[in-house]
Amino acid sequence: MKSFLITVLGLAMLGFGIAGPCFCESTAFGNKIFDPGSLKPVDSVLKIKTGDAAPDFTLTSITGKELRLSSYIGRKNVMLSFIPAAWTPVCSDQWPGYNIAEDIFRRYDTLLIGISTDPLPTLFAWTRDMGGLWFEVVSDFWPHGAVSETYGVLRTNGTAERAIILIDKKGIIRFVHVGDINLRPDLGILVREMKKLNP
Amino acid sequence: MKYIIHQNRITRVPWAVLIFFVFSGFIFSPAPGLSEEPAGRLDFLLPAPDNTGHRQYLGLSTDKPFSLGQIKAQVVIVEIFSMYCPVCQREAENINAVFRLIQSRSGLKDKVKLIGIGAGNSAYEVDFFREKYGIEFPLFSDTDFSIHKKIGEVRTPHFFCLSLDGNNGFSVFYSGTEAIETPEAFLQTLLKDSGIKVTP
Repeated sequence: MKSFLITVLGLAMLGFGIAGPCFCESTAFGNKIFDPGSLKPVDSVLKIKTGDAAPDFTLTSITGKELRLSSYIGRKNVMLSFIPAAWTPVCSDQWPGYNIAEDIFRRYDTLLIGISTDPLPTLFAWTRDMGGLWFEVVSDFWPHGAVSETYGVLRTNGTAERAIILIDKKGIIRFVHVGDINLRPDLGILVREMKKLNP
Repeated sequence: MKYIIHQNRITRVPWAVLIFFVFSGFIFSPAPGLSEEPAGRLDFLLPAPDNTGHRQYLGLSTDKPFSLGQIKAQVVIVEIFSMYCPVCQREAENINAVFRLIQSRSGLKDKVKLIGIGAGNSAYEVDFFREKYGIEFPLFSDTDFSIHKKIGEVRTPHFFCLSLDGNNGFSVFYSGTEAIETPEAFLQTLLKDSGIKVTP
């Protein structure tokens, strides 16, 4: 009986792998999107938690600007949006969604920073294909994934998790979401958390 | 004795494989392809809108879930969109214009109805999209992609145009992702293909 159950469960798990991720691809990028298939939902171990001081970093944005996290202390809340990879299905529709939500981020005095371990030229071309973004996008390519690793969201294949880290104006982490890489986090949750910082 | 146990294992594993594949037809069946009957893919229920105006627009007399065939119309346009889809964002003004064109013509507004379904969008995300683009026709959330899977995991935006038979049945006369070049041309093509008679 045990071997019977193990076999059924094993096949069921295989089936989940075959079933593929849940995403809805838009026609925006033509046939340029690479589909990696269904990925292990989470493949890293967090090194930060709510209440911690956010580890500082300086990364270069696609506009050429050096962006230092600690420079926003006392000025803005900061939301870090780690995404796994450019030109992949879920990621390619995640930031365009935030792109129409600029008013919400402004309302809650929150600066959005997109982070990927892709190199700058890739991020530049990809976000251009989105029609441009209002928020900063920085590259954590070299030393490869160093910031992602510091936060504990670097996957074993060198990409980042699909993660959201919300940092308040004192530089303290107030919300951490490392979700299933195959799914987008609900915008409603992000808004709820930003609202908590600005009651 | 050892031999019997071993034999049982041999016979149980193929049964397990058989049971898995029988049930996997329900759980892991691939998204229906375009070769299948499209009307069947659109056989799902939507929750009645909370908004009374939207319920009236769709001709729903109760607040129970409804099928597309129950909408009081001769033709129903279903837009599959996503708040996150850049093309859906760009096309929002065009689809709004199509809706306004329909509503502005007395011979048309009771015959052609328009709805949108947000694939993978939560209720919050659908509401956000509605407010962002001032969308007046009913939008529905498909948070868990269940409808999106059933309709064949189409890319967005995607339009289905249905011809209703008046007895809760319908056929699909258009299914595609073509952009709306002009709202007037989109509507005229749709009306022509639908075969409905429109009084000026």
